[in-house]
Amino acid sequence: MTASVPIEHGLALAAILFALGLIGLLVRRNIVYSLLSIEVMLNAAGLAFVVAGARWGQSDGQIMFLIIVTMAAAEVAVGLALVLRFSRLFKTLDGDAASRMRG
Amino acid sequence: MLNELWLIPALPLAGFLALAFLGARMPRGLAGFIGVGSVGLSAALTILIGLRFLGAPPPDNSYTQVLWTWFEVGKLSPQIAFCLDPLSLVMTFIVTGVGFLIHVYSLEYMRDDPGYARFFAYMNLFVSSMLILVLADNLLLLYLGWEGVGLCSYLLIGFWYSDPANCRAASKAFIVTRVGDTAMAIGLFLLATHLGSLNIHTVMEQAQVQWAVGAPLAVAAAALLLGGAVGKSGQLPLQVWLPDAMAGPTPVSALIHAATMVTAGVYLIARTHVIFELAPSVQGLVAAVGALTLLIAGISALAQRDIKRILAYSTISQIGYMFLALGVGAWSAAIFHFFTHAFFKALLFMAAGAIIVSLHHEQDIFKMGGLRKQLPAVFWTFLAGALSLVAFPFISSGFYSKDEILMLAWYSPQGGWHLWLAGLTGAVLTSVYTFRAVFIVFFGESNGHVTSKPGSMMTVPLWILAGLATLAGLVQTPITHLLERTPLWSETAGEQTAHTGELGLQVAAIAAGLLGIYIAWSRFVVHRDSTREWTETAAGAKLCALSASGCGFDWLYDMLFVRPFITAANFCKKDFTGAIDTAIVSVNMGLNYALHASQSGRIRWYATAMAIGAAITLAIVILL
Amino acid sequence: MNAIFYITAAVAVVSTGLAITRANAIHSLLWLVTSLLAVSVIFFVLGAPFVAALEVIIYAGAIMVLFVFVIMMLNLGPDAAEQEREWLSARAWTGPGILALILLAEMVYILKGNVSTLEGARMISPKELSLALYGPYILVVELASLLLLAGLVGAYHLGRRDPASAKELKS
Repeated sequence: MTASVPIEHGLALAAILFALGLIGLLVRRNIVYSLLSIEVMLNAAGLAFVVAGARWGQSDGQIMFLIIVTMAAAEVAVGLALVLRFSRLFKTLDGDAASRMRG
Repeated sequence: MLNELWLIPALPLAGFLALAFLGARMPRGLAGFIGVGSVGLSAALTILIGLRFLGAPPPDNSYTQVLWTWFEVGKLSPQIAFCLDPLSLVMTFIVTGVGFLIHVYSLEYMRDDPGYARFFAYMNLFVSSMLILVLADNLLLLYLGWEGVGLCSYLLIGFWYSDPANCRAASKAFIVTRVGDTAMAIGLFLLATHLGSLNIHTVMEQAQVQWAVGAPLAVAAAALLLGGAVGKSGQLPLQVWLPDAMAGPTPVSALIHAATMVTAGVYLIARTHVIFELAPSVQGLVAAVGALTLLIAGISALAQRDIKRILAYSTISQIGYMFLALGVGAWSAAIFHFFTHAFFKALLFMAAGAIIVSLHHEQDIFKMGGLRKQLPAVFWTFLAGALSLVAFPFISSGFYSKDEILMLAWYSPQGGWHLWLAGLTGAVLTSVYTFRAVFIVFFGESNGHVTSKPGSMMTVPLWILAGLATLAGLVQTPITHLLERTPLWSETAGEQTAHTGELGLQVAAIAAGLLGIYIAWSRFVVHRDSTREWTETAAGAKLCALSASGCGFDWLYDMLFVRPFITAANFCKKDFTGAIDTAIVSVNMGLNYALHASQSGRIRWYATAMAIGAAITLAIVILL
Repeated sequence: MNAIFYITAAVAVVSTGLAITRANAIHSLLWLVTSLLAVSVIFFVLGAPFVAALEVIIYAGAIMVLFVFVIMMLNLGPDAAEQEREWLSARAWTGPGILALILLAEMVYILKGNVSTLEGARMISPKELSLALYGPYILVVELASLLLLAGLVGAYHLGRRDPASAKELKS
């Protein structure tokens, strides 16, 4: 009952999702959206692993996905805590407002 | 039975390590206790070992304790080994004994200083290095101690580093002695390559076997060693650093720049005297250096205003006497003068330090005056030291040692009437400048305001040293006999004891000392006003300026070396290699300006940069 | 089965695209949940049911709920949505869009050419996955536990209300 699509179609889907996440990260100034876009990119990377694992019928790809999920969970917990602190401090969610460097 | 020898230098070293690493967190009492206790233990151990050594002398009067082999390069394998013979025993006794008294004195002198633990750490390191120097079994280990004391001297002269003048004095001391040290290092290379070893015994034996008297190599080696000795001991032409070294705390001046380190050159020459005997021309040079130095330093001391600088010049002058003795082959006389000088000069410095503290850090003798009544303890002890310095007959130790030097300067085969005359003139000068200081500081009307009196921690060491300065002359015969048992110690001038006219020479020496005291009395007590008027005449002012500037050596060296060097450096700064260096700097700065525009602090900009990087990387993968 | 793959793939792409363009945060989140559910279906189709379940439970469930909580706490009103709309100007889109397209083209180009279907694809049961996870990959479990602990401590530390340091940073 498993699909027999060409592997590159799966990987291409992962690449498209990744690119969409990247666009989101680069375009949105709101840091909540930045975090959200990073989630999209992580998810796309996980998808690539699972597709590659499915190609060889091995469980390793899925284990990599587990690592990514774990990382994403930790990242989101810390990231959202930072967002809360950020909004308390700067009274805004504009990521560019945090720049104190005068390059 | 002498197995504990290694502990003598190891204890102060342990004290240094403890104070250096933990001193900042220690209570002051503990830091002082460690600093003084380690040297005290070392002194006690020295006495114990000295008594055992004298009670049952080891075979050949020399005991060597090998700890381990330092390193092995080719046929050269210097060891960490300590050698105890009568010469090093006398030196060790002075270093630990006088060192201990000065440490006790420092407990009170440095009481309110914020760098208390640091001070004792440096002092302990100094004592340890000095002990390594005098106990070393080979010349390389001796050189280690030699550089160690140089480092400590630098650190302690610049102890109050917040004042740039002190740092400049420290650098000057370090750089000037470096000239001598370089000569000495080359001398050691020469000995090591030609004699195949640096062990002192082997070197001395091999030198006698391989080199004839007056051989060019022997002359070169002796001259290079003399260079090192001259630098360390503040002799002509490298004496300019010692007066400036008085920028350090007074206990430092007493320990390092009077009693111990500056006599390392005397020790070195006495230790390697075999080589000097093989080079009679250099030995004559030693005597000439000593004679000239003692005269120039004596003249320089005449017009100083700073009490510590007077004492510094007197130190240079007294070491000049020791060099004179070494130059005429009177080894034991030189070491005996070192022995007495260590007591009375440390005493004088410590008494001067007590005055300086009592007058709230006033060093100008013309702002003192009339202190005899206000600081009687300091007066009597200073007087004891001063009498010893001018070799006052019979009741001072300096009399016995200086008298012997003058005698041997006349009678020794290498000596002569001119050396004797120089020594005698020096004796008159010594009396004049010493008693000038005594009369101006302690007599006359009171100018200064005594804010505090020295406590027992300062006066007790003063009294002990005053006793030693007065009585140490009585051990002349035992010490000389002890020193003559040093292995390889050939006394060329010591044996002539009975000569015709000896009494006449002694009377002349005594008369010279008394004459100097009389001159000082008449010029600075009775006719003080006329003296002051004389210094205001054109000729008088010029002479005073010449004396006060140390006979113009600083000016001379400034013209000869410092200015040409700075001019050359300024010239070289503009050449094309400099342009290359500047170009590198400006390119980097330009890149920095270009790149720090990218450091905007914006997350999105950073993410864009990463994405661009990924795109370029992938493009490279595709295209290649 | 292949049809399901392509349909869900299209759903995932469209919903992700909507998620990153919405001005209202809650709308974005809902589109993202849709996208994650679509990816979960793809996992299932590829023979990874356990991972598909995890995707739903952890990603679409726990993590998204966290986002919802934070957005509720931040209390973003209509003003915020208005500002978002302002920020989403066409000018802001062009540069990143081109860059992402280049990257995508490069990746697709690399994928092209070595065509191979998922012939070896088979169902990997949770049991098999667990055996691998607690066998050769035991170190990964340990590392994951450490990572989660660090995340926990970090989130607790950062999320604490600390008026003194907040004042200090502001000044």
